[in-house]
Parts: sequence; C-alpha cells; structure tokens
Amino acid sequence: MTLVRPALEGATERPARRQTRRAGARSPYPTWFFLPAGVFYLVLFVVPTGASFWFALTRWNLFSAEFVGLANFQQFFREPALVKGFVNTFVYAFLTSGAKVVLGLALAVLLTSQIIARGWLRSVVFFPVLVSTIGVGVMFKVLLDPFDGAVNTVLSWVGVTGPGWLTDPSLALFSVALVDVWKGVGLATLIYIAGLVAIPQEYYEAARVDGANAWQNFRSITLPLVRPATVTVVLLSLIGGLRSFDLIWTMTRGGPGFSSDVIGSVIYKQYQAGFYGLSTAGNVVLFVVIALIIFPLSRWLNRKEVTL
Amino acid sequence: MRRRGVALGSVAILATTVVFVVPFVFVLLTASKTQQDALDLDFSLPTEWALLENVRTVLATNDGQLVRAFWNSTVLTVVAVAIMTVLAAMVGYVVQRRRSRWNPVVDALVLAGLIIPPAVVPTIWVLQGIGLFKTMAGLIAVHVAFGLSFCILLFRAFVATIPRELDEAALIDGAGPSRLFFSVIFPLLRAVIVTVVVVQAVTVFNDFTYALYFLPGAENATVQLTLYNYQSQGLNQWNLLFADVLLITIPPLIMYVFFNRQIVAGMTSGAVKG
Repeated sequence: MTLVRPALEGATERPARRQTRRAGARSPYPTWFFLPAGVFYLVLFVVPTGASFWFALTRWNLFSAEFVGLANFQQFFREPALVKGFVNTFVYAFLTSGAKVVLGLALAVLLTSQIIARGWLRSVVFFPVLVSTIGVGVMFKVLLDPFDGAVNTVLSWVGVTGPGWLTDPSLALFSVALVDVWKGVGLATLIYIAGLVAIPQEYYEAARVDGANAWQNFRSITLPLVRPATVTVVLLSLIGGLRSFDLIWTMTRGGPGFSSDVIGSVIYKQYQAGFYGLSTAGNVVLFVVIALIIFPLSRWLNRKEVTL
Repeated sequence: MRRRGVALGSVAILATTVVFVVPFVFVLLTASKTQQDALDLDFSLPTEWALLENVRTVLATNDGQLVRAFWNSTVLTVVAVAIMTVLAAMVGYVVQRRRSRWNPVVDALVLAGLIIPPAVVPTIWVLQGIGLFKTMAGLIAVHVAFGLSFCILLFRAFVATIPRELDEAALIDGAGPSRLFFSVIFPLLRAVIVTVVVVQAVTVFNDFTYALYFLPGAENATVQLTLYNYQSQGLNQWNLLFADVLLITIPPLIMYVFFNRQIVAGMTSGAVKG
C-alpha cells in the first residue's frame, strides 16, 4: 500500500555489531526469522515471476512447453484486440490517477477546512474504498443501465438522453474509469488529509501577515508542502490503474467487443482460452510497463526536494 | 467565517450524499423489493418490504452455497491474515534490529512485492506442482505471499519505536532469541498489529482476482466469487443480487465502524514521510 523509503539506521548500527561479535553466530536477532516468510515469498512470488520470463517464450499448456521465441510478443503487438488492451491500460491508469490527484486534493482541502460535519463527510467519502470491487461493479452496472438505470433516469428528468455508459464502445472504458475514481478517491483524500494536517500552521500565519490570498496560499504553501502525499497518491493509483482487472471484468468483461480491454483482462481472457504462453507474455508486458513507469517516476518524484 | 463554513458544509454534505450514499441506498432499496418490484430498477420505496425474505432466499440458494462461501471466506481471511502478520512481524523486527547483508535484499523484495503484478499462470503452475491448485490452502498461501510486503513495511517502521534497552534487559534475564521476540517484542507491537490485521482482513475478504484464478469452480467459492457467479448467470433477480451485495458489504462495514482509526492509519501511512 505504501511506498515508504526505508529509514537510515546509522544510529542503531553500533550496538548490534558489538553484540554480534560477542555472541558470534548466535545473534539475538536470528537470520532464520526471514525463513518462513521467505519460503512463501520465494515459492509463490519470486519463482513464478522468474518463470514467467521463460514461459512467455513458449506455447504452453501447463504440462508441456514448446519454445516459440518471441512469437507471443509479436502476436501481442499485432493483433488489434490485444493492442487495444495495451493502449487502454495507459489511458485508464493515467486518467484515474490524474482524477484521483485532483479530486482527492480538492476534497481534502474541503475536509480540512472549517466546515460542519467533517467527520461524517470523511467517512462517507472513504467508505467505498472498503466495499468489494465486485459489489461496486454490480451496483454501478445496474445504475448505469442505458434504459432503466437510475443515472439515465435522473438525466432524463432534466431532458438529457443519457448515453449507453457501458454499451457504447467509445464510452465503456471511461465509464469504468469513472467508477474506479468513485471507489478510489476516498483513499487519495485521506492520504492528502494526512499530508495537509502535517503542514505547520506558521507558514499560513506568516503568509497572512504578508497579505496573501487563499489562492496564493494554496499555490505557494499547500501545493509544494503536500508533495509527499501527492507522490504517494500518484504512485499508488498508477500502480493500481496499470494492474486493474477486477472492476473492468465485473462491469464490461472488456467489452463491448474489446473496447474496454486492458492488459489485465487480456491476460485472463487468454488464460481462459487456454493460451497460457500468450497470457504469460501479457504478464511480462505488464511487468515491463509497470517497471518502466514506476521506478523512474518514483525516483524522480522522491528526489526533488521541497524548497520554500 | 463560521456562516460560510455552514453554507459550504451543507453543499458538501448534499453533494457527497448524492454521489457516495445514494448508490448504497439504492442497493438497500432494491434488496428490499420483491422480484417483480425490482425489475424496474427504479429508485423508489418498495411496495412491499421483503428484505429479510430476500436475504433468506439468497442464503438458501444452491443448498446454502452462500453460507458455505461465508465460511470459506472467513477461514481464508483469518488464517491468511494470521500467518502473514506473524511472519511479517518476524521479518520486520530482524530487518530493523540487525544490520546485515540481507537487508538490501529484503528491501528490494519488499519493494518488488508492492509494485510488480503477480504472474498468474506461472503461479498456477507452481501451485499445481505442489498440489495446492484449487484448494483453500493454496489460496491462503498465495494471499500470504502477496500480502507480506505491505505488512513488513509497517512492522519495520513500528519496531524502530521500541527501545533496544528492552531487548537487552530480556537477554540479560536469559531469554533466547525466540522468547525475546514472541514474549517481549510481539506483544508490544499490538498497535501496529491491529492496523495490519484490519487492513489485510478487508483486502483478503474483498479479493476477487486471486480467488478467480486460484480457486475456480462453484463448489468451494469465496463470497466474492458467488456474487460474480450470480451476476454471470444473468438472471433478472435483481433483488436477490443486491441482497447478496448487501450481505458481503456488511463485514467491511463492521470493520470500519470499529477500527476506523486503524484502517485510516494503515492505508495512509507513508503519506507524510514520503
């Protein structure tokens, strides 16, 4: 959930080393404590991840794997249905992540200001985060029904003919993204609230003495100082967005056609169809995409120091 | 300032209520309708309140499949969270206390676990190899493996706040390494244990993707899978579908009511430190 940089422990280094030397191999902090967790992690995460790089190069049915070189990747980037999923992944991730940053910050500013019912509002905004994705998907699939859905009924009251949110191929992906934002914005808001309350009030008092208005306050104090929260929100929602599968699968199954497919749903579809090699190639593509975006981005975001 | 706060607050309450509460009210209303009544999918009070009856029907469907699913989900959540909490606490503790050449490795693996998406089909291959595919034990193990990173991160940060003098006192009193950890340190981690348990319990309980991949089939499904299966059948029994949604939303709701603060702390940790 979080991407905290491990803290430096220079101060605690010395006594530990002295103890290790005195006690020899029998440190009070035994290395075998890593072992049980390591077994789970190694067997079910490291090994499959490593193996995926091999199986992605094969035609595979779990029992026999035939080496086919880069054929799976070629197919992945040639077949229009699969390319669509690749492109959609980026659209979906950047759209949801951007919306969560903007809306999350706006809501957080609102919910840390002097308004009534703050506690209630925070709870209400946050609760969808805890509801299961399947539940949210089922709920919104009905609400966004083109004919009977509550959303379009409300729109028709004001004389607007609502679109087929999930049935229009050009709209389906964006509708799901909207629901994703609805479900996830509460987490972004809470992270921003934690960031906002950590800003020392002295800055605002000094700014008031200097005669700054609300907008200047926001631009010159809040925005730069809430940066750690922004970094967290951006990284978390980008990772989540790139990996997304369950909400899309519940609401559209990647359809209509393959208009709302993402890499996650392509992986599942190919798995269901028995193309295990191709499915695993999708996994490798996702791995590479996430690594190429997240690692440089997090380094860049974390490096820039705040200067006020 | 005060009056502006009230006005702004009213608008905010209205807007968030419409956006965030109305969908849940809709679920509740639809779940309370009779089947005929629910077919319109409109936002109205039921002509006849049938919530209890619907819940009973849902629970009895397919010889009580949902009841079994609730049992399965409970076992899955309790066992997986218990294992990952203890194992992660052990790792977080040693990583924080002792500087060794393993630390960079652990750090890298933790980071990888947070970012890299699991390779699903190869995981199935491994599970099949050790005979745990399509079993509850397999799904539990998968959840433990995928949840460790987050837990280790929280434990490691918290262990740093426990003074080393305690360790030394216990060692002088003759406690061995295991005794030191399990009798002295572990109980002191209570605050962060609650956070870890609650956040991971909600995550595991709500999980759909891993159950879909690693525990397919209707026989021993989790609650999320039963909802998915109902939905896939495409029946027009919206009242029952929504009664199901309602039922599986209750456990997280209870968690939130009781552990509001811990959930928020767990999910937002790292926001300030960066």
